[in-house]
Amino acid sequence: MNTADQYLKAIYLAQMIDDGPASTGQLADMLDVSPASVNEMIGKLEDRGLADHEKYKGARLTDEGISRARDAIQTYCIIERFLANVLEVKNYREEARALESVIDDTVAERLDTIIDRRPECPDCFDPEADQCECLVVEMEGKAD
Amino acid sequence: MSVGESLGTDHQLARMLQIGIVLEEVVEARASKHVETIAGETNVEQYMESAAEESARHRDRLEGLIADLDAETVPFEQIETLVEATYEADDEFDDVLYHQLCNEETAYKFYDDLIEAIESSQTEYSIERERVLATLREIRSEEEEGVEEVTRIMEDHK
Repeated sequence: MNTADQYLKAIYLAQMIDDGPASTGQLADMLDVSPASVNEMIGKLEDRGLADHEKYKGARLTDEGISRARDAIQTYCIIERFLANVLEVKNYREEARALESVIDDTVAERLDTIIDRRPECPDCFDPEADQCECLVVEMEGKAD
Repeated sequence: MSVGESLGTDHQLARMLQIGIVLEEVVEARASKHVETIAGETNVEQYMESAAEESARHRDRLEGLIADLDAETVPFEQIETLVEATYEADDEFDDVLYHQLCNEETAYKFYDDLIEAIESSQTEYSIERERVLATLREIRSEEEEGVEEVTRIMEDHK
């Protein structure tokens, strides 16, 4: 997942949590980057027609941005499910966040063929918990 | 979530290698199933068999790297079971080749991204970086050859 997709996903989830535009500070916290980096990327997303930015309010995704963000959440959900239920990783959320930038969509699609993802994905993604609310972890007590 | 940071620890590198092993296991299990589907097409059958063998070799090489990083791997039987559970047999000869092409292309893309991430990381892994990169570059090269070979076979069957 590239950097732009990570931002789109964060804006989408922030909008869901607050039911309004995503503030620069909130995005900086979610993505663990500086506010200046957030503003720079939002400018790029605006130029590409993926987000609108209103001063003092924050960023809002356009329809195209929403579509891209939903794809990114699906990719993330695949990575989380794969780590949790195939590799049986206990800290699957932390690891998914760490690895999402290295795992391409096409690779995630392949991993998707051996996991059990819900057809309603990504609507079942819980933005507060940062994971799919339907994810049932099938641990057998291995992997750290 | 971390933006712009990747593979900052031994653990993350090991995890990516584990994912590589699973991808190889998927290729191996599917190629073996495809051999059953396309019985009679000698050159394709031979290719599928060699693809399965190549994936097994790649797995061994990745497992060798992981062993030095002190991380566990997922048993092939477990992946085989998952692949079996989700596998839908392709009746059409073209579908078999198309899926094989996707598998090879995905594997190539995976190794390409992984190599790039390691090259751009400043982390000192407990395993020699050049050894990891050399192994991954060789595997990537074989995946590239695999893509070319499947494409050739598809062209021949047009």
